[in-house]
Amino acid sequence: MLLDRLDADPIAFAEAHGWEIKPEGACKGEVCVPLPDTFALTDLTSRLGMAVVDEPTRDLWAIGPETVGGRALVTASAPDPDLVDLEGNPFRLSSLRGTKVVLVAWAPY
Amino acid sequence: MSLELDGVEASRPFIEAAQPNHPSLLDPTHQLDALFGVVNIPNVVWIDEDGMIVRPPEPGWPGPTEYPPSLAARLAERAQAAEAERQQALAEGRKPPVDLMAQLRSGQDREAYPDALRDWANRGADSPHAMSPDQVVAASGNRSLDVSAAAAHFELANHLWRAGDRDTAFAHFNACHRLQPDNWTYKRQAWSLVGNERVGGELGRLTQVPQPGEEADWPFESNFDADVAQLEPGSYYPRTM
Repeated sequence: MLLDRLDADPIAFAEAHGWEIKPEGACKGEVCVPLPDTFALTDLTSRLGMAVVDEPTRDLWAIGPETVGGRALVTASAPDPDLVDLEGNPFRLSSLRGTKVVLVAWAPY
Repeated sequence: MSLELDGVEASRPFIEAAQPNHPSLLDPTHQLDALFGVVNIPNVVWIDEDGMIVRPPEPGWPGPTEYPPSLAARLAERAQAAEAERQQALAEGRKPPVDLMAQLRSGQDREAYPDALRDWANRGADSPHAMSPDQVVAASGNRSLDVSAAAAHFELANHLWRAGDRDTAFAHFNACHRLQPDNWTYKRQAWSLVGNERVGGELGRLTQVPQPGEEADWPFESNFDADVAQLEPGSYYPRTM
């Protein structure tokens, strides 16, 4: 995720990354990471092991995905990102619940 | 899902030629890498009726690979050139260069993959290919802080490229590739942008090396041929089933 400021709202940021803020902390699937009572975005990225990379010439930061657990996935529950088709129409994988899904990543290169 | 950052029109001809009766979507920022652990194309993920992943990203194919005539012709030319180089090296008592096409064909069994898919389609959780949630997480690939940083650099590179800030984009692409050298979507995407500019045409995006004589002008620290040549056999499309 690209940010132009690092003091963005941590709860909105967490939810955009699939982490729900509960009394136990930041939770995704069956995994919960404890958080202090009040926390800033940088507390969250630190606790979740998210890399923070900056491009100072543009006042831009990019936050990488979490590394808690050391694997690409924290849970087997499939993420549900906002997707678009060729015409720009929105699509969500969760609209396919009830059927098996084979997701194929391809590219013109 | 097409992992192409260079605009919708790059993907459109393929989608329209396929005339799919399934959703065909775009992932220009390579979200699938950060979200699922995709590291190459093609990579396939199986998700059951309840939205649970039962196989994390792995190389997968619908069947034997068929190439369009122009690409088949180019591959045949390369195979002939590679064989001639190999014969020359042997005749001169030198070690032959790495067979790149053999590297790409090794690893995952392309013919077995569709059978496994059909087995799961028919048998669901009873299929031996369907994993438990714990197995899925364990099999989803390493993610270190370096890998997280690679994704962040890629996101910046993408943004900067599209904003026309090429040199800064290249710096972030190079950092990205250094931090996660086994992520081939990040590499092939970046190389293809310049290859397509330099060569263009039907095979422009598949040109992922500097042209002869232009090596000094290649903005990346890596290229397809050099990187694949360094791989252990079977590691480009690792065998997972």
